[in-house]
Amino acid sequence: MSRMITALLIGLVFGTGIALSGMINPAKVLNFFDVAGTWDPSLAFVMGGALIVTAIGYRLVLKNPAPLCDTSFHLPTRKEIDLPLLAGAGLFGAGWGIAGFCPGGSIPALGLGEPAAMIFVASMVCGIAVTRLIRR
Amino acid sequence: MTDFTPLTSLAGGALIGLAAVLLMALHGRIAGIAGIVGGILPPVAADWGWRAAFLAGAIAAPALIIALTRHEIAFASTTPTLWLIVSGLIVGVGVTLGSGCTSGHGVCGMARLSARSIAATLTFMATTGITVYVVRHIVGGL
Repeated sequence: MSRMITALLIGLVFGTGIALSGMINPAKVLNFFDVAGTWDPSLAFVMGGALIVTAIGYRLVLKNPAPLCDTSFHLPTRKEIDLPLLAGAGLFGAGWGIAGFCPGGSIPALGLGEPAAMIFVASMVCGIAVTRLIRR
Repeated sequence: MTDFTPLTSLAGGALIGLAAVLLMALHGRIAGIAGIVGGILPPVAADWGWRAAFLAGAIAAPALIIALTRHEIAFASTTPTLWLIVSGLIVGVGVTLGSGCTSGHGVCGMARLSARSIAATLTFMATTGITVYVVRHIVGGL
């Protein structure tokens, strides 16, 4: 139960960061990529802020033998840069560029009650579920 | 047009990073939203509980901010419904095949200097940029 409460609070911090940063706003996301048009460089600051904190924080945290609420760290072990990784990332970008929604931006956007976010997330969930079932 | 917001974007980014660090410190997990969502879908992961709780917190945050601060949160989407559906499907398939999204690869993986995440991030940033250029400047909008 305590793990659910800590996860809920961490989710609140994440959602607050997404909302405050502007990542919640598809128009702002698309403008970041529209260097040839209505460019808004704000998202470089989002990535910069997130990367600095995470890089320093991970270095400190991963010195511990285990996380506080679990018996071990669950870190990705795969190393190979293969076709599914690159094809998947390429596809993800194509989808992100169509509407300006990525998973981390769209989930908090549900909390705004925006129909566009609901339609996107419903469709994304179908895409994730079908791909997981095919690849299992 | 959207306003250039370096300070709030930097602060928001730092909070995203803080959430990633806390999830690793407490749960030992990568804060990748695609992966967290995937784990509550069939075949449901055994540890679906923290995933659902994290997502509930992420969804509740904007509503709480509005209720507590009375500030509006800027949001604008002009994408037609059909293209929202197409975009959602492509994103869902892509992040699952590619094992991550902006948060998992772009923040957590890049922060660990994972070669896979750096390759994935460079790839999706490039295809997003190309797609935005094609949609806005060649097609002329959706």
